[in-house]
Amino acid sequence: MTVLERKEDVRKAEFYDVGEAALKVSYGPQHPGTGHFRLVVTISGDTVLEADPDPGFVHRGEEKLAEYKTWITNIPHLERPVILDSAGIQYAYVLAVEKLMGVEPPERAKYLRPIMAELQRIGSHLYWFALYGVFLGHSTMFLWCFGDREYLVDLTSLIGGQRITHAYFVPGGVRNDAPKNVPQELVKEFSRYYRMVTGKDLPLNTTDFRKYTLAVCEFFDQRLNDYWDMFFNNELFIARTKDVGVLRREDAVRLGAVGTTLRASGVEYDNRVNNPYDAYPNFKFEVPVGIKGDCYDRAVVGFKEMRESVKIIMQAVEMMPDGPVKAKQHPINIRVPAGEAVARTEAARGEMMYYIRSDGGDKPYRVKISPPSFRLLPVMKYLLRGEQIANIPPIYWSLNYWPVEADR
Amino acid sequence: MSLQTLVGEIETRFTGVVIEKIVDEKKLVKIVVSPENIKSVALYLRDSLGFDHVKAVTGVDLSRLLKKESRIEVIYHLGSYTREELSKSDMALSTKLDKANPRMPSLNDVWPSCEYHEREVYEMFGVVFEGHPDLRRLLLPEYWMDMPPMLKEYEPPGR
Repeated sequence: MTVLERKEDVRKAEFYDVGEAALKVSYGPQHPGTGHFRLVVTISGDTVLEADPDPGFVHRGEEKLAEYKTWITNIPHLERPVILDSAGIQYAYVLAVEKLMGVEPPERAKYLRPIMAELQRIGSHLYWFALYGVFLGHSTMFLWCFGDREYLVDLTSLIGGQRITHAYFVPGGVRNDAPKNVPQELVKEFSRYYRMVTGKDLPLNTTDFRKYTLAVCEFFDQRLNDYWDMFFNNELFIARTKDVGVLRREDAVRLGAVGTTLRASGVEYDNRVNNPYDAYPNFKFEVPVGIKGDCYDRAVVGFKEMRESVKIIMQAVEMMPDGPVKAKQHPINIRVPAGEAVARTEAARGEMMYYIRSDGGDKPYRVKISPPSFRLLPVMKYLLRGEQIANIPPIYWSLNYWPVEADR
Repeated sequence: MSLQTLVGEIETRFTGVVIEKIVDEKKLVKIVVSPENIKSVALYLRDSLGFDHVKAVTGVDLSRLLKKESRIEVIYHLGSYTREELSKSDMALSTKLDKANPRMPSLNDVWPSCEYHEREVYEMFGVVFEGHPDLRRLLLPEYWMDMPPMLKEYEPPGR
């Protein structure tokens, strides 16, 4: 029996009689670069008969903890699950609290929030591709991604005050305004890197925040062309990912896939377009969609998304009006009217949903977090069934699964 | 079609089944049905109205709310990838179970996307989903011996 035939056989059978030749192997729970996660795989030869994702190694009880902390002190700990996409993951919490309180952030904050979220989306995708590269034996990609990510992280630290975990969004706006000027040393450092990569001098001699952000975005946009040649249009990468782990459109819908995984299977669904929030309706950008839904499509959709995020940041920086960034200075102890609200945003890994219930007190009655990674578990289980062991890393990494986010 | 007309449609089709409802298209549209009826309503929502996946399954222990009820609410947050007009608002189907013996039919065969969500509610609230293919612990450690931790009676240690 060829591998392909066996694969179809395994997919079709609901219960596969594994017999005596099958072996149960624990794949993990070492730290695969993202957090501890285990797959229990039943294998026969080198074919995976059944994969059982076993999350929970980094469960911190965020939902229980949220019931003991006040509305504002919840913000810093709720962004801990994904520190490199901290804006994206707590965005929905803040929106849900705003819905319950009936407050609207000022115009300028509506632009600062997407800038932060998109910077982190790019940073998060770069992290994803860096580790994807490492696990497919392509360490150049790792170094390039981390090198470029540095300047985007510097931008978020200029706006939010820290490199990661900024606790930047608050109900009714953002914590502080973006600076008017960039430190001279940062411009110097960036121009040094610019000269190193492009061989040209940086056409910028000002420390103006807007101009600096635009320069970084333009540089990164050009840099993506190099990424395409180096990684995505690379024979080695294509050989490992093309036609591997195909998720058809109807399966993606049935299993409730999210984010790049969903869009790579041909479903055009992005909360920034389908359920727009803050200033997103004002930006012009596209939602990249894949055709086939294999590992390669998932990576390419993520790659194209970075380009669209650059577009959004550049538009937001240009369009951002002046004015206050907070509705009013909130005391630490706010009270939220009783009720229930749901908010959804598009975080880097997909749809992030919060369900919040308040009983009118200074603490939430119930905070439900539904992170995108958790919703990818049935997809992972489905995709790995019938695959070869060698295809586990490409499939796992193509999903952009983040264990800490799934475990909360 | 707005969700308000949609809730009306459900009410006319299943008379007397919707026990409670919240219709606020900005925050949440929620219908509460009894556990006996949840499967038929779920099938109708999936087949006739186009809700093709579950975004989350939330358990809520209602015992410490202002209006005290010794019950656990299980909320299915629904979504649609195939019908674009349904993606702007949040639809939820919910049911309330007796806290002493929380049991309800599993909706895993209606929406396969809720497999892991139901497992989570099982371990965090002790709700037994009848007919779930693989009702095991998910996130908690294997040596966990205490009560389900998301119940309001459970006090985390060290506080």
